[in-house]
Amino acid sequence: MQIAVFILLSLITLGAAVMVVTTQNLLRAALWLILAFFGIAGIFILLHAEFLAVVQVLIYVGAIAILMIFAIMLTRNVMDPTQPRFNRQWGLVGGFAALLFIGLTAIVTRISWPVTIGEVPADAISRLGADFVGAYTVPFEIASVLLVAAMIGAIIIARERE
Amino acid sequence: MDFVRDLFVNLANAWTAWISGFMPAWLATLVNYLVVGILLVLIPVIATLALTWMERKVIGRIQNRPGPNRVGPWGIFQGIADAVKLLIKEDIVPDRADKPVFNLAPLLIFIAAALLWTVLPFGRGLVGQDLNIGVLYLVAIGSITTISVLMAGWSSNNKFALIGAFRVVAQLLSYEIPMVLSMAAVVLFANSMKMGEIVEKQIVPFGLALPLAMIIYILAAIAETGRAPFDLLEADSEIVAGYFIEYSGLKFGWFYIAEYSNLLAVSAIATTLFLGGWRGPGAEAAPALGPFYFIAKTILVVFLLMWIRGTWPRFRIDQMLALAWKVLVPASLANLLWIAVVVKLPMPAAAQWAFALAGNLAILLATLTMLGRAAKRYAAA
Repeated sequence: MQIAVFILLSLITLGAAVMVVTTQNLLRAALWLILAFFGIAGIFILLHAEFLAVVQVLIYVGAIAILMIFAIMLTRNVMDPTQPRFNRQWGLVGGFAALLFIGLTAIVTRISWPVTIGEVPADAISRLGADFVGAYTVPFEIASVLLVAAMIGAIIIARERE
Repeated sequence: MDFVRDLFVNLANAWTAWISGFMPAWLATLVNYLVVGILLVLIPVIATLALTWMERKVIGRIQNRPGPNRVGPWGIFQGIADAVKLLIKEDIVPDRADKPVFNLAPLLIFIAAALLWTVLPFGRGLVGQDLNIGVLYLVAIGSITTISVLMAGWSSNNKFALIGAFRVVAQLLSYEIPMVLSMAAVVLFANSMKMGEIVEKQIVPFGLALPLAMIIYILAAIAETGRAPFDLLEADSEIVAGYFIEYSGLKFGWFYIAEYSNLLAVSAIATTLFLGGWRGPGAEAAPALGPFYFIAKTILVVFLLMWIRGTWPRFRIDQMLALAWKVLVPASLANLLWIAVVVKLPMPAAAQWAFALAGNLAILLATLTMLGRAAKRYAAA
């Protein structure tokens, strides 16, 4: 049963991802991307990581995808379906994407992932929260510093010149 | 008598026992899920029929006119007459619309509106699914609304719809932040994100300990549902109807249902988080009273929102965004910080409540003082 659901969710995610890169219409590509995000959220739920699933919907669907759509709407001419789908650099980019895929596959298949035996603890969220301000405080804070830096940078770029 | 005391839970148990008598366990579970699902999906429709009538009556009273009074006694069947009218209208799709997206948008907005009801506790044990991330779930589902509105606005191929969609992004994203921050204050104070547990913790409603969070939540909720005075996304007099300008018939009806369902949902969330949910005199001894208290409090909040809608003029977009970013976000951040400190102080619960209330009032006072000064400066300039 779980395997069947997993296969279904994976097919939805991968199918949506393929549509993202092949569809002509940029805005529809963004909408397919949202479906892919939902598929990933479904896989998180299957793994009993409800918190990650909800955050996936909240951050990726609710914020990132919307900002992408907003950026697409503000860009001129990209919504025209007669525009060519590929530019001259597609071969180079495709090569790098293939390299990245091979690299990731090599890493993922060779590492022995720590797999817990038995049930996922019921208080997974509070342990996640405790770890963020306990064992993983420094990486967590570094990530937030990075975000603040990005935000300040965006404000400086967007600021009106006086 | 014991059966009546916890009537709804006992009824549900009796129903499960009855269908388990002639069904295998998995089928009984499936049937129960289906029944609960259908009940939850019916709420938006009932909300629309009831609240449209209530809204017209309330606004009519505010504007010194009777409101609907033709169909049925006091016009209570006006909503049904309107529903029939919507059903028999022609379904029009603009010529150069993006058809799949155009058709998907009303469906998606309705799904998001219906999903909100999953985690709201109507009484003790009367909840679709008491997720332990309930509050976060509500926020995440709420963000789907933004996408469907964007889809509707863009796919209509209409400039007013597109302007409406642009405004939606600015408005909903800005007001989501103070809304989430004020909900986070409650989560910190209750030490749980589970809706049922938040209600259980409210021996005194949180609205009395965190009045500032409640005010910010209600203001943000009006903006999130796009109602006056924050109705810039549909502003009839400026952009005609905004994102759903091209929709007709039942597809328009989905937007309408989602709007009123969201109105009832944000009121129910405010009730759950700040007004003690289903708690009330006698609800401990007789849990069957809980849903009635819950509905009464929710309707009270709905009335407050209608009152605000009927008496306030619409904001300008820059004023509205300034209110979110320069007033509500700093105030709710300060409030969150104060609550985080207070809940860690080693002292009895009553003292914590007093400290939280004092901090809330101080921040509220400071915010209002600063707003008053800004208004004076603005008037002088």
